[in-house]
Amino acid sequence: MTESLLPLTFLLPLAGTLLLAFSAGRLGERSVVWVGTGSIALAALVTASLGAAFILGEQSPQTVNLYTWIAVGDFTPGVSLTLDALSLTMLSVITGVGFLIHWFAGWYMRGEEGMTRFYTYMNLFVFSMVLLVLADNLLLLFLGWEGVGLCSYLLIGYYYHNDSNGGAAMKAFIVTRIGDVFLAVGLFLLFAQFGTLNIAELLTRANEAWSVGEPLAQLTALLILGGALGKSAQLPLHTWLADAMAGPTPVSALIHAATMVTAGVYLIARLHGIFELAPAVLYLVGVIGALTLLMAGFAALAQTDIKRVLAYSTMSQIGYMFLALGVGAYSAGIFHLVTHAFFKALLFLAAGAVIVCCHHEQDIRRLGGLRRRLPLAYLSFVVGGAALAALPLVTAGFYSKDEILWQALAAEQQGLLVAGLLGSLLTGLYTLRLIVGIFHGKPNSEAAKKAKAGRGLQHTVPLVVLAVLSTLLGAWLRPDLSAIFPAAPGADAHSGHTAVQLIASATAIAGILVGAWLFLTQGPKLARLVAGGVGGFFWRWWHRAFGFDGLYDRVLVRPFLTVVCGLRRDWLDAFCGLAGQLALALHAGLSRSQNGQLRHYAAATVVGATLILAVLVMLGYE
Amino acid sequence: MNGIPMEHGLMVAAALFAIGLAGLMFRRNLMFVLMSLEIMLNAAGLAFIVGSTAWAEPDGQVMYLMVITLAAAEASVALALVLQIYRRFKSLDVDVVSQLRG
Amino acid sequence: MILAGLILIPFLGGLLCWQGERFGEAPRWIALATMVAVLITALALWAGADFQLADPGAAAWLWELRLPWIPRFGIEFHLALDGLSLVLIALTGFLGILAVLCSWKEVQEGIGFFHLNLLFVLGGVVGVFLAVDLFLFFVFWEMMLVPMYFLIALWGHSEPGGKTSTYAAVKFFIYTQAGGLLMLAAILALVFAHQANTGELTFSYEALLATTLSNELALVLMLGFFIAFAVKLPVVPLHGWLPDAHAQAPTAGSVDLAGILLKTGAYGLLRFALPLFPEASAQFAPVAMGLGVLGIFYGAVLACGQTNIKRLIAYTSISHMGFVLIGIYSGSTLALQGALVLMVAHGLSAAGLFVLGGQLYERLHTRDMSQMGGLWGRLGSLPGFSLGFVAAALGMPGTANFVGEFMVLLGTFPTAPWIVVLASGGLILSAIYALTLMQKVYFGPAQKSAPLPGLDPREYSMLLGTFALVLLFGLFPQPLLDTTSTVMSGVQGLFEAPVAEAPQGGGTSEMTIDRGGL
Repeated sequence: MTESLLPLTFLLPLAGTLLLAFSAGRLGERSVVWVGTGSIALAALVTASLGAAFILGEQSPQTVNLYTWIAVGDFTPGVSLTLDALSLTMLSVITGVGFLIHWFAGWYMRGEEGMTRFYTYMNLFVFSMVLLVLADNLLLLFLGWEGVGLCSYLLIGYYYHNDSNGGAAMKAFIVTRIGDVFLAVGLFLLFAQFGTLNIAELLTRANEAWSVGEPLAQLTALLILGGALGKSAQLPLHTWLADAMAGPTPVSALIHAATMVTAGVYLIARLHGIFELAPAVLYLVGVIGALTLLMAGFAALAQTDIKRVLAYSTMSQIGYMFLALGVGAYSAGIFHLVTHAFFKALLFLAAGAVIVCCHHEQDIRRLGGLRRRLPLAYLSFVVGGAALAALPLVTAGFYSKDEILWQALAAEQQGLLVAGLLGSLLTGLYTLRLIVGIFHGKPNSEAAKKAKAGRGLQHTVPLVVLAVLSTLLGAWLRPDLSAIFPAAPGADAHSGHTAVQLIASATAIAGILVGAWLFLTQGPKLARLVAGGVGGFFWRWWHRAFGFDGLYDRVLVRPFLTVVCGLRRDWLDAFCGLAGQLALALHAGLSRSQNGQLRHYAAATVVGATLILAVLVMLGYE
Repeated sequence: MNGIPMEHGLMVAAALFAIGLAGLMFRRNLMFVLMSLEIMLNAAGLAFIVGSTAWAEPDGQVMYLMVITLAAAEASVALALVLQIYRRFKSLDVDVVSQLRG
Repeated sequence: MILAGLILIPFLGGLLCWQGERFGEAPRWIALATMVAVLITALALWAGADFQLADPGAAAWLWELRLPWIPRFGIEFHLALDGLSLVLIALTGFLGILAVLCSWKEVQEGIGFFHLNLLFVLGGVVGVFLAVDLFLFFVFWEMMLVPMYFLIALWGHSEPGGKTSTYAAVKFFIYTQAGGLLMLAAILALVFAHQANTGELTFSYEALLATTLSNELALVLMLGFFIAFAVKLPVVPLHGWLPDAHAQAPTAGSVDLAGILLKTGAYGLLRFALPLFPEASAQFAPVAMGLGVLGIFYGAVLACGQTNIKRLIAYTSISHMGFVLIGIYSGSTLALQGALVLMVAHGLSAAGLFVLGGQLYERLHTRDMSQMGGLWGRLGSLPGFSLGFVAAALGMPGTANFVGEFMVLLGTFPTAPWIVVLASGGLILSAIYALTLMQKVYFGPAQKSAPLPGLDPREYSMLLGTFALVLLFGLFPQPLLDTTSTVMSGVQGLFEAPVAEAPQGGGTSEMTIDRGGL
């Protein structure tokens, strides 16, 4: 059954894409939504039946080989798909959450120009993402990898009339492309070493050929990590994600929260065998995760745009996943990926509901007091926010985050543990700031005063389903990945787990309580604090996310533009043109000698004849 | 016949040639330029005659006949051109007729 | 005989077009029919050939035609066809159709003579791909130039206050002619060296393959060939003619230039420069690959700074041909095959972009991208196709360009890892220029809001057909690879032999060190 059903998971979105692309605007808005959402719904159904068959069956990886893509000598990557617990998990998130977001988008995008375009790109995205997670070789994975990048670019620049949106889209593509180049070189290195790009074979052969800590293994792992950093917006390639919020909100929910940005986590988890051979790089993964989660946490505290707060919180949560990978707790990382997909998609969709209801007002300072007007959005934000802040026991986020922290302790990475705890404090703070800013206090603009709650199944059902998944119930969906990953460091030990749980709960609750106290009661004082002095300095610094953008602008973008401007005239061509210039100069000189005066010609003849005679005489011709 | 030594004859020819050349270069009037050309031709002819006499070879005489013929042909063509030039430019100044400058 | 037919069809068709001008639009239809005939013939040959049976390593032709021509000098009318030439001839046929179609509305004056020139260029190109007598090859090589000169000079566009089409045409002519002269000298020297060795005066490719040359002489002669082909490819310091020629040429001229004429350079390297001088080429390979990297970066950086859309595409061609050059000199079958796929892919995608540029010009009457912007919603499905071709230009997986680039880099990596690392950096630049194109033309604030005419069926089918091929070869490149595998492993074998046998040579030992380094 898998044979015939598995390809459908990517063929259905592809069919949707093609149908929409070739309809060329002939379909009405309702049919576009039906086609766009329907294809993903069918894919989700297929995934569900595949999942049921997999879990009830032998649970062994199954490979479906469609055809050989390229065959030259040893190089024979095929278009073949592998279904195992990991790819099934990813597939469920992509099609399941993807379906809910597609559905919601029908409400969000109502009446917008270019619905066909929107759904074409969205379906193409799901197609690429499914290929990415199902690919059994790295070349096909790379196809999906680049494909999701292209869709991300297109959807960030969806409102194309605005120049800055186009800039944000280009930035996203180019920054991730830098990572992709690292990944590509990593692939070249792997192929040169092992003569295959098949993931399973690579992992076996690498394990046989390389010992732990082998320099080449470290180098390969580092290159792959480069690719993952770009896609997952981790330091130092993280700058694109905040700007990527220029796209429609469902796009941010699907691509820039639930699925694409977690592709880096998936990649590292998928190639964990290589990272196991490179412990230094694996440690680096954890450190980068920790740094990013702190950096993004602070930056999220100082944003004024709802979506930018959520963007930095996404970076921060992916930082947790990297941290988990870094301590060897792959399973915990993927678990957090799943729960994060639920609650972050919920938060983004709820933010989308708020934004639409307030006529595209996204500034926290101009919203406020919306909890009575938008009860469902409020509820969603509270549930999603609680999961984000890891409110103990009742939320899905608590279980996954707690697992990560516990594994960090079990791996004896106290530094990472402390970073994680500090991060969870920050999470509580910025979550509360966001919720209080939007829903409490008084409405601060006309748009907020006149907000009208959204209605209809399209609007309600996705939010409710995602809210349910963000609670304890979502944590029950924890995938069993023990067959794929090596045992996590804390698999056997139990001492200290309870202590970590208590500390983690305490920090999360502390963050929430402090946040509630600060933002509910101390609002005016805070405003004064950030207006000037030391507080103002930190506010501005964090608001610019520690100034990475300015740094890159000065170090990379401007020098490049200078080179481009300097070379615009094509100096090498001009240099080759010197031959022509020389001929022209000679021409000018010689044509001046042609003055039309007979006497000069005669004189020149005489001089020339005399010279020739003189030469002949001197050479001895008599 | 050993009257005049060959060197003398050749010197006269060289002198004639130099005179003609100087005329060619320094006169502005086309008629004088033409006459200078004739003098130079005759100088060359004289050199041929001197040579043929000195070595008692007939080739030089033959060459002189050739030179005369050439000079006559040249003179007729050149005079016709000079006439045309005069009609067109109302002048026989060589420097005026310099339309072939680059 | 069918080979002579392949060459004769365009030439006869050209003459017919010239005479057909008195019947109004007839030349267009004649030219179209001619190119369809060439394409069908090529495809029929393709369908009828078995590429697997040929003995690898030997220069085994699938079809051959051998007629005496000037026996006194050992010159023959010798045509031969193998997988490599077949693929390129089929590409010529397809792009020929495209060129005829895209000038349907653009060219209105002197259509008879226009199509005569167009078909003569294509006939010359087919001749170049078929000739295996070096003299005959040179004849066809020069034969492509003259009609191309007329195409650019007579039907080109002169920028107001800028360069004229005549300037571009003359520049194109002088560059190629100078390169051709060097090649002629190298051919003659090779022939005389062969005569000195064996006493036989012949221009035959197969005979000359066996010539033994001293190291220095081989290097000099190889450089003669290399420079001629490098001008055509173009390799960076010799690329000056390309942007001017593209910017000034009519759309059909650009399609032919980018799609086919550049490929004759790569073809020449694969067919002549490498097999005739394998040792010298192996020694020269690091330099050539370095030039390839230079081309990738130089072309890409310049493309980023252009405002004329056709100049931008022209510079991207230079960048892509850098990859081809690296692949050709890598000495690995994988990379050689990749170079071939990239040649075909670039032929299709660059042609598609130039056609799009022409269609934009027909609607907006400008090529200046600063006067475009916000066109996405105003042009029907044209922007969608642009997006597809731009994605191909930046090497998006799924398009043939990706397969080509990836195979080139993957195959070259074991021999020259640093070259590959540098060249991969070019992929970032390709993203920058490709997206800049999209941004400047289609995104941003619209300058006007009135919709412009969308694509008519002719334009739509042209773009759809080209893009379908780009995708087809991106997802199923195997037919292409099977066709040329014998030829490419032959070239690779020639390249490998001196590397393996004579590791004492300067360049070769360096390469073996590189290989050992991994």
